[in-house]
Amino acid sequence: MSSTTTAVEIADAVQAGTTSASDVLETHLARIAEREGDIHAFNTVTADQARKQAASIDERVAAGEDVGPLAGVPIALKDNMCTSGIATTCSSKMLEGWEPPYDATVVERLAAAGAISVGKTNLDEFAMGSSTENSAFGVTHNPLDLERVPGGSSGGSAAAVAAGFAPLAIGSDTGGSIRQPAALCGVVGVKPSYGTVSRYGLIAFASSLDQIGPFSTTVTDSALLFQTMAGHDPRDSTSIPQPAPDVMSGLDNGVAGMRVGVITELMGEGELTGFEPEVIAQTRAAADALAAAGATVDEVSVPSTIFGLSAYYQIAPAEASSNLARYDGVRYGHREDGGANTAAMMRASRTAGFGPEVKRRIMLGTYALSAGYFDAFYGKAQRVRTLIINDFAAAYENFDVLLSPTSPCVAFPIGAKSDPLTMYLNDTCTIPSNLSGQPAISVPFGTGADDLPVGVQVLAPMLGEAAMFTVARALEVAASQNTGETS
Amino acid sequence: MTDVDQPVSSTMLSSWDVASDVAREDSHLPDGWEMVIGLEVHAELATETKMFSPAKNHFGAEPNTNVHPVCLGLPGTLPVVNGKAVELSIRLGLALNCHVQRCVFARKNYFYPDMPKDYQISQYDRPLNINGWLELASGHRIGIERAHMEEDTGKSTHVGESGRIHDAGYSLVDYNRAGVPLLEIVSHPDIRGPEEAKEYVAELQRIMIAVGASDGKFEEGSLRVDANVSVRPSGSDELRTRCEIKNVNSLRSLGRAIQYEAQRHVDLYLAGDKPVQETRHWDEEGGRTRAGRSKEQAEDYRYFPDPDLVPVDPSQEWIDEIRASLPVLPRERRQALVDAGGSAENAALAVERDLDGLALAAIEAGAEPERTLTHVANNLAVDGADELNAGNFAELVKLETGGGLTATQAKTVLADMVETGRAPADIAAELGFEAMDTSELEGMLDQIIADNPDEWGRFCEGEAKLQGFFTGQIMKATKGQADGKVIAQLLAQKSSA
Repeated sequence: MSSTTTAVEIADAVQAGTTSASDVLETHLARIAEREGDIHAFNTVTADQARKQAASIDERVAAGEDVGPLAGVPIALKDNMCTSGIATTCSSKMLEGWEPPYDATVVERLAAAGAISVGKTNLDEFAMGSSTENSAFGVTHNPLDLERVPGGSSGGSAAAVAAGFAPLAIGSDTGGSIRQPAALCGVVGVKPSYGTVSRYGLIAFASSLDQIGPFSTTVTDSALLFQTMAGHDPRDSTSIPQPAPDVMSGLDNGVAGMRVGVITELMGEGELTGFEPEVIAQTRAAADALAAAGATVDEVSVPSTIFGLSAYYQIAPAEASSNLARYDGVRYGHREDGGANTAAMMRASRTAGFGPEVKRRIMLGTYALSAGYFDAFYGKAQRVRTLIINDFAAAYENFDVLLSPTSPCVAFPIGAKSDPLTMYLNDTCTIPSNLSGQPAISVPFGTGADDLPVGVQVLAPMLGEAAMFTVARALEVAASQNTGETS
Repeated sequence: MTDVDQPVSSTMLSSWDVASDVAREDSHLPDGWEMVIGLEVHAELATETKMFSPAKNHFGAEPNTNVHPVCLGLPGTLPVVNGKAVELSIRLGLALNCHVQRCVFARKNYFYPDMPKDYQISQYDRPLNINGWLELASGHRIGIERAHMEEDTGKSTHVGESGRIHDAGYSLVDYNRAGVPLLEIVSHPDIRGPEEAKEYVAELQRIMIAVGASDGKFEEGSLRVDANVSVRPSGSDELRTRCEIKNVNSLRSLGRAIQYEAQRHVDLYLAGDKPVQETRHWDEEGGRTRAGRSKEQAEDYRYFPDPDLVPVDPSQEWIDEIRASLPVLPRERRQALVDAGGSAENAALAVERDLDGLALAAIEAGAEPERTLTHVANNLAVDGADELNAGNFAELVKLETGGGLTATQAKTVLADMVETGRAPADIAAELGFEAMDTSELEGMLDQIIADNPDEWGRFCEGEAKLQGFFTGQIMKATKGQADGKVIAQLLAQKSSA
């Protein structure tokens, strides 16, 4: 079985009985055994549970059952999704060894669809970071160049797919944490519309921005995974009360007649700088490819996107400061004695349990919400958010989808961006979609500096996943034609 | 638009002068001072499950058995609003004449071990119910600023010598209460004395029970009161520094705590000093309040809208449906009895015992109102009273007021009626209760007068207390069968003859 075998191919073969879930699993476990030592994509590999699941799938196939759209497909789960009885750590010393008593909704849905979880992937602690260097359990290495980061915060999931450890993975995207590592690892990554995939069981970073989404090697696999996870969940009050949309049937419709807008502010010529020229060049090439495929392509200004980063670093830390308050050493997680009293115990536990980036964001957020500063910081950031939503709405009056780079740069060397502000700038292009709640996908499109992959981002209006996937699929076809691959 | 739909501003409520009148009777402060009291009442809502979690909302279970990942605040869990809690909150809000509005849940952030998420989901700048009022028996309306939904905290037990936190060896936390739905009802500072405060809480308790929003039990903590107390020169409209009194566990404690705290403020002002704004705890045994944490040093709660929840926007149809299903409220029930001719005091007791319907039916069937209510007040605090047939009850009262039964006999017959459900005439006949013939009584009285000439002489000269002596003599001679009223008439006749 080749390393490019897709989820769709595996599921078809397993359901048809031409291959077994157990064989598929062993192939992937063998790859993990071979390269995981160098890459460190996982915090936990759940080989035993996976083997049991695979055997059960095979039995059910043998019994003639329909085992679901992801029959026997190995999948890697970011280690901030709760898995019953399996350690769920957020790559934090604070939750080291913590085993949830329940499964996240997405974990339930994946199991029901026949997918087989192979393990929990590394991340920046509590999903705060863009390189997976902020993990309490060690750095994840980019499978394409082990000296470089895989991006983050879902770096372990991106690396797992890029390394062929699993054809599918799920991550969470709060400011670009799926799309940016997908771009840096040369795979597909999707941030769905806010509210389409249940957050129940996703350990919160910033509740109004967090969204679970797929990683895969192909656009079709991501579309299938998204469709499998999406749909209303009554346990999440922010879940949109609609069934999962059909994003598969129109995937190959092509882009003829579609209107594609290239976001002026994210092309490196305005106030936002730091874009690598090769990244800009590939994004323009992607726009040209769409035009060649029959789309109308033009530039469009979305002016307030330049304030996205500033607004994000008020809102996300503010929500995080509250979401992460519960890690106090009282009920679960890391506890330090602390001495005198409960307050001292809490202080000591939090001081020892959280890493520096988490502490930095808790402090930023606590400040932003303080009495007397609320309006100037959190309040103003929410108004910027409204501006961004309005600007996107204006752009979508004339365009069906928008285009931009996913990340300003290709994968950078481990340790290269030790200054937090430099690191934060990685998310310039991805943050606006989290603030607006709208979907976006990163598709590999050619290479940039040092022959490393470049990701191009396709943005769509709220619940516009079908158009987004269709355009992404067209880019995938164009990219493969450029390199002579078949797709 | 009805009354309720129109927000009632505090300026539209009853005048401050009424409050001052009440204060003069109620509070015991030095002349020239009056109390300014606002109450925060927390009522646990009578739901099956918790505010945001599927765990049971039941008092008295083994510690940490009514829990679920959501109310334990486990990582990854999310809150979902309990619709029944919203409905009960609207019920109570409407019963308190509030305006019901689209509301937003907010997080109140502070660290405390009995709060699983280290923030409490409450409501801040957009509460569910605003601008209501509650009318006391005096007719004084206490303004209600807001009645908002929130979740309860768990319960800490500090294990150590004193049971207090500062010298506890360790603490145990029970999360059964964590996440139980609460409605916090915040009054305007319209209350002018400890008795009025108690009356307000007692009436609020009756209303929440009547509408089924809460069982309102102080002893189980489903009803809790914090009092904001300050004082000012009588007649002034200023609002001086207030202290919030916590740990008040009964109506009696509430009254005592308010009286103590107000006097403490007056003493401070008279000594040229002034109180500091702070939270104080009522010490029941010591009969005093003690300083807790000072509000200046209190934490900044960093309220912000809870991003895990969406606003609750009750439709007008739903509000109307709830309003239509509200029962007649205690105030209106008492008024109905007063309108029918009863005294306010007995009317209140009848409503308290839930026997006002019986009383009203009896009165409508021709029974004398106050006599009816006196029976309800004095003789019907027994099981089964609510099953009494109103027609029979009316017959009993009529027999009594018509002279066919004495008060004592009526009481005996009534007890039998509750027990057996038989008609009063049958019971009276069986017990041999027949009204004494007046001429027979007259004869007896003549004999008694003849036997006690001195006493009779003094009685005729106006020594009124001897009426009891002669009544007693007749009752003794008739073995209690005589009608007291008839005796009184006879005595009056003979002494003035």
